[in-house]
Amino acid sequence: MTPRATLDLPQMAGAADAMQPVPVADRVHWVGALDPDLRNFDIILRTANGTSYNAYVVRGSTGVAVIDTVKQEFTEPFLKRLEAVARYDELTTLVLNHLEPDHTGAVPELLRRAPHLEICVSPRGVQVLRALLKDRFDDYAVRIVRTGDTVSLGDQTLRFLTTPYVHWPDTQCTHLQDQRLLFTCDLFGCHFCDARLFNDRVGDFRFSFEYYFEHIMRPFKAYVVAALDLIEPLDIAMIAPSHGPILRAHPRQYITHYRRLVKSRLASEVGDQKTLLIFYVSAYGATSMMAGAIYEGAAENPDVRASLFDLQIGEFTPFVDLIEEADALVFGSPTINGDAVKTVWDLLAGLVDIDTKGKLGAAFGSYGWTGEAVQMVEGRLQGLKMRVPEKGLKIKLHPTDAELEDCRDFGRRLAAHLTGRMQPREVDFADL
Amino acid sequence: MAQAKLTFADVSLTVNVPAGTRIIEISEKIGAGITYGCREGECGTCLTRIVSGAENLTEPSALEQRVLKENLAARNDRLACQCQVLGGEVTVRPA
Ligand SMILES: Cc1cc2nc3c(=O)[nH]c(=O)nc-3n(C[C@H](O)[C@H](O)[C@H](O)COP(=O)(O)O)c2cc1C
Ligand code: FES
Ligand SMILES: [Fe+2]
Ligand SMILES: [Fe+2]
Repeated sequence: MTPRATLDLPQMAGAADAMQPVPVADRVHWVGALDPDLRNFDIILRTANGTSYNAYVVRGSTGVAVIDTVKQEFTEPFLKRLEAVARYDELTTLVLNHLEPDHTGAVPELLRRAPHLEICVSPRGVQVLRALLKDRFDDYAVRIVRTGDTVSLGDQTLRFLTTPYVHWPDTQCTHLQDQRLLFTCDLFGCHFCDARLFNDRVGDFRFSFEYYFEHIMRPFKAYVVAALDLIEPLDIAMIAPSHGPILRAHPRQYITHYRRLVKSRLASEVGDQKTLLIFYVSAYGATSMMAGAIYEGAAENPDVRASLFDLQIGEFTPFVDLIEEADALVFGSPTINGDAVKTVWDLLAGLVDIDTKGKLGAAFGSYGWTGEAVQMVEGRLQGLKMRVPEKGLKIKLHPTDAELEDCRDFGRRLAAHLTGRMQPREVDFADL
Repeated sequence: MAQAKLTFADVSLTVNVPAGTRIIEISEKIGAGITYGCREGECGTCLTRIVSGAENLTEPSALEQRVLKENLAARNDRLACQCQVLGGEVTVRPA
């Protein structure tokens, strides 16, 4: 059998460089770039077959808009494709749906060639744009656009949707109403490189689509829901994201799928009960005794569903799913060599994929002489944007019966915070 | 020294503070859910809903006004790393 000429494979570099602009809709062209050799994105994502940076040109009777650009090292092929469909002096509008470097790398060079462009960004996009352009920010025409604002290109109209945090605070979507085409940048994207571009023609990208959601969108689920609420009522025949396949076959199916992905992973039968999870690690059993007593105290409250887990035994992935749904998280660690134990840090580090903002957090642990683990964990919980109203509970070596009662009280107070039944307290600044 | 009462609704705690105190100086110490990024009035992370007593806070600076606007803040929102309590009673919670 003759080996296949690799250059012909749709995701290979040779094909990538030679690619011409691709018509996507009436006077809408793909002018992006393929990056088949990328194996790692934003440090956190593995990209087994590379990615693409999709950018688009929309031509109307009185104006021409560029929607997003590409990563800096692909500036030349991007501009070559752009030049094949429009002259720089014809361009009127540059829409930046998201200002992460993978989509704005070519912006400085594009603006050098077309300084007259009006740049359309979201209200929070302008903050990032200022940081991107630095001293030159004031040299350009910048327009802040919000949901419902439009830019007319004559016989085509761009309408904007402010959809923050469908990756960064700056993100927005752009709807080309007349053609029912929605440009979503990272939203509905995935890292999958295939020159055939359209979802009905490319290879199997389902895994990449789910993996991308899991790591890029999942931490911002509440914002994804808000974005879907804006997008769902629109008339949409095609979704054009800035990574991976253009979704022209069954675009609605992807919206429905996102709706599924933002839902709870685990059905819960506790109704209005608040859930409180206690995770602990214990070498000699002291922290474990504390955990048990805190658990008892919290579980006395009929409106709280408390659960207790030994971190050294459990699997992390299901814990992360549980934590995402929980209302309160309590971590117990002894102080070992002046630190909390690695298992606790590993689980806390794993929480980058989910939203923990506003959950109730607390820390506890047994110690021998310094006990810094508790405060270090509290710091991390605050870093995860949790509220940590109860000062962490530290007990020297194994707890006495009286100290176990303190632990139960700690659990009771956490339960009270959780159910909004904490008695209001008052303290003086000097006592903090 | 003139005193003020600053209440953090999400953790049911009132702190008696000297006039001129910034919310940021208290909220982290007591573990309230207001969170911080830049701490310099630029990023908007510390957006805080003033539940009552907004008139007892310093007026927003031009920078704070701009950041509030760019972060689509509601009328009762302020930046906790910026505004100072002047006196009286103020109640806040994470926006
Ligand atoms: C996935 C991702 C998430 C980010 N999140 C934040 C953030 O929460 N806060 C922030 O200030 N910057 C954030 N940034 C911006 C980076 O800190 C910024 O791009 C920085 O210049 C990257 O530095 P490096 O080139 O050393 O990686 C994020 C960047 C990426 C890629
Ligand atoms: S923490 Fe950035 S504006 Fe206050
Ligand atoms: Fe992004
Ligand atoms: Fe991206």
